[in-house]
Amino acid sequence: MTDTTYVSARAGTRSTGQRLGRIALRAGLYAVLILFALWYLMPLFVMLTTSLKSLEEIRTGSLVALPREITFDAWKTAWSGACSGIKCEGLRPYLWNSVLIAVPGVALSTLIGALNGYVFAQWNFRGANLLFALLLFGCFIPFQVVLLPMARMLGILGIAGTIPGLILVHTVYGLGFTTLFFRNYYVTIPHELVRAAKIDGAGFFRIFWSIFLPLSLPIIVVTVIWQFTQIWNDFLFGVSFSQSGTQPVTVALNNIVNSTTGVKEYNVDMAAAILAALPTLLVYVVAGKYFIRGLTAGSVKG
Amino acid sequence: MKMKHLFVATTALSLSALPVLAEPQAEVLHWWTSGGEAKSVAVLQEEFAERGGTWTDMPVAGGGGDAAMTALRARVLSGNAPTAVQLKGPAIQEWYEEGVLADISSVAEAQGWADVLPAQLAEHMKCDGTWCAAPVNVHRVNWIWANKDILDQNGIEMPTTWEEFNAAAEKLQAAGVTPLAHGGQAWQDATIFETVVLGKGADFYQSALVDLDPEALGSDTMVEVFDEMRTLRGYVDDNFSGRDWNLATAMVMNGEAAFQIMGDWAKGEFLAAGKTPGEDFLCGATPGDGYLYNVDSFAMFDVGGDDDKVAGQELLAELIVGPSFQETFNLNKGSIPVRSDVSLDAFDICAQTSAEDMAADAEAGSLLPSYAHGMALRGEPAGAITDVVTAHFNSDMSSQDAVQMLTEAVANAM
Amino acid sequence: MSNWLEKQVPKVVLAPTFAAILIFVYGFIGWTAWVSLTGSRLMPRYEIEGFGQYTKLFATPRWDTAMNNLFIFGALFIIIAMVLGLLLAIFLDQKIRTEGAIRTIYLYPMALSMIVTGTAWKWILNPGLGIEATVRGWGFENFTFDWLINPDMAIYTIVLAGVWQSSGFVMALFLAGLRSVDGEIIKAAQVDGIPTHRIYSAIIIPSMAPIFLSAFIVLAHLAIKSFDLVIALTGGGPGYATDLPATYMYAMAFSRGNLGQAASSAMIMMLVVFAIVVPYLYSELRSKHD
Repeated sequence: MTDTTYVSARAGTRSTGQRLGRIALRAGLYAVLILFALWYLMPLFVMLTTSLKSLEEIRTGSLVALPREITFDAWKTAWSGACSGIKCEGLRPYLWNSVLIAVPGVALSTLIGALNGYVFAQWNFRGANLLFALLLFGCFIPFQVVLLPMARMLGILGIAGTIPGLILVHTVYGLGFTTLFFRNYYVTIPHELVRAAKIDGAGFFRIFWSIFLPLSLPIIVVTVIWQFTQIWNDFLFGVSFSQSGTQPVTVALNNIVNSTTGVKEYNVDMAAAILAALPTLLVYVVAGKYFIRGLTAGSVKG
Repeated sequence: MKMKHLFVATTALSLSALPVLAEPQAEVLHWWTSGGEAKSVAVLQEEFAERGGTWTDMPVAGGGGDAAMTALRARVLSGNAPTAVQLKGPAIQEWYEEGVLADISSVAEAQGWADVLPAQLAEHMKCDGTWCAAPVNVHRVNWIWANKDILDQNGIEMPTTWEEFNAAAEKLQAAGVTPLAHGGQAWQDATIFETVVLGKGADFYQSALVDLDPEALGSDTMVEVFDEMRTLRGYVDDNFSGRDWNLATAMVMNGEAAFQIMGDWAKGEFLAAGKTPGEDFLCGATPGDGYLYNVDSFAMFDVGGDDDKVAGQELLAELIVGPSFQETFNLNKGSIPVRSDVSLDAFDICAQTSAEDMAADAEAGSLLPSYAHGMALRGEPAGAITDVVTAHFNSDMSSQDAVQMLTEAVANAM
Repeated sequence: MSNWLEKQVPKVVLAPTFAAILIFVYGFIGWTAWVSLTGSRLMPRYEIEGFGQYTKLFATPRWDTAMNNLFIFGALFIIIAMVLGLLLAIFLDQKIRTEGAIRTIYLYPMALSMIVTGTAWKWILNPGLGIEATVRGWGFENFTFDWLINPDMAIYTIVLAGVWQSSGFVMALFLAGLRSVDGEIIKAAQVDGIPTHRIYSAIIIPSMAPIFLSAFIVLAHLAIKSFDLVIALTGGGPGYATDLPATYMYAMAFSRGNLGQAASSAMIMMLVVFAIVVPYLYSELRSKHD
């Protein structure tokens, strides 16, 4: 769309010097981009190489060097053998808990966020803006603040320590952002569309279902990626509102990684960390393309 | 949810006055989650299962129990407290004051705990005269670990005074060896600090870090303590900040550093790397007389008369203090049994020294609770002291300023 | 009648969300305000004692450090992440052949929690193990990069890691913005012979104002909630040089058993958030009216 080469092209006669300059500029551009790519990749590189080393090599060698001998033992241990308390079953059993929490949590908060956003963007009523502001302000509440009253509340509702309890917590605190995303997206859709549909006799849900939802794929992708990342990576809620049997994978990972007086196995820690992050990584790699597309489609236009 | 139904069912049964045989149940919240620690807890779970109990594991690691305490608060507030919780030191009494702990005196009396536990340690397990917690082990905090080869090469003996330690450190520094391996995390700074305070005498330690006597805290002796901390800072390599304690241990193991001041869980690292005490590495008490203990224990939470859970708590308490668990667990963990009647034949030289010293120091009145590991003080004053210690150690603050800050911080935290 | 019902539907749809927000956000803030006036220690107690917790809080040097850090960290983190995100987006928008791959690489840190990357960062930033040691190994003996262990500089390593984590996301926002700028206007400007940098500074960037605001709200929310970042990277150290209000509050509430103090620090944090966010919301929602 925009082109740095334009200026030199406009100058008409291209001297060799200008062409060299252009090539140099281009090379510089790639160099900068690659340099940053290396910076972004650095921690992943350290984690990967460490996970492939033996503990002996970690103890004696440099922590950031390439492995002398590659071994996958740490990965096996992390997957099915590392101890998280008395159960030494690795991360495997906990992944399922995370899925059980994340999938309904993402679905619910996305659905409600879509409806909310639809109302705020297209069905404005008196006081709606104030409501929206209250909702957005809620995005900023530090989660450490809500832990204890939330615990009491879950106890009253009788869902303390259960997966539904965790789903509720994640849904509630995800609503601010999901509503924001959908509202900003739906605001770009002309009001005339709703007006015309109303004249045709379509109701609130009918219009949402047959006009807005079909247009929403890009923003759904954005919202799902955002919410999935938030919920999957959550530790604080997971550790506070779970009990034995409902602990999500981040809690198990923390149990493996953060032992205080136990012997530390860094290779297993790193392998476990990558395993725990695989679902979110996968989502970013696979859906990354749609992510930009979804954002381009108007979600950020405000 | 299941628990809740069970609870309703059992209460209903007991109300109808039918004799029910209780099936011991326990949900155990603890932060021994990995490696040797986890295996040690597994031993307890096996014994529990052998006696017909059902153990539900609730491990939460991180920050020396911080994350577990967060989870505990949430659980208690939601009315869903775990049956047994790893708790230690004055935190036991703090929870008791919130009215949520169960009384386990019946087990303690039946098992004669008063006869087998050292009196001073037993005190930590009591709330208002009743037993409310079961002790697991005794860690000694004031150890110095040393690389034997380095000491031999440089002709250095294990130091018995801080002056000797400083002299040895100068010598090592001149020889190009890092004298002290240390990890710059607040609790590790605090660990060194309390051993230096202990070096000024057991009485001084008692009045400064247990009784929080403002005079002791603001005394010239305390200025000397901070002076020594500054000196020690000079013996630490430049990259110590944020280093995990076990990486510091690895430095001693690999000959990059000569000494480390750390509790006896460090021994686990040496042993895991196949090193032998007395041959590859040495253990010795930090300079000065005294023994700083860190006793792990389990407190039982009030479960509202649920017979199965009460049975579980009683069985758990009995097993924790029982001799067979005490021996197996502590062999794994690097600590020593809290019971005085367990044979130490199977233990290594460091553990045997620890047990002998404990008995001797108990006699001499220099058996003292570790402040850095939450045995001596409640959370708030302990944290306030640690803030000052770590701020001083990690900056160029003068000792006088540090003492000034210390007295103010402690006063503010009272 | 049915018309009236029809009119109420949007409100009914919003009602559950509104009720949830009222309880789970504002109710809990109210609860925190209440507790901040009590002497609660291990567990909440509800007898009001007055403003003693606030007096104590302001007398604590560690709290000063935490607040200072929040401003340093917040400002640098937001500015650097925005500038870097914008620059990378502009660079990536120059018909780069491997854009897809590079974009994914820039974006992936957002997918990882700091529990996962903290240890790796700790090693990389540690002078004896990471960058400094490696560069020195290449023969540059005087190279120093010891921010992590320097109490005056350690907060900047938190900024560094924070920017690492979030700048890719901001890049994506800006990239999307660049892609949705009207191509005709740019073409016209090019025909007029306006130099490229002027096209960017005078036409493209100003047209992306809403994106700056979106990026700001995402970044500000991350800055205020930054907790894992500090815990994983420095644990608040050296000393307590990198403490932030969120970590301070957590320490008070959960490891020091001083809930009243934690609640008072939380209230101050909420005030800061209020002061920053409300003007933003005001301007944002007002402009919607026009």
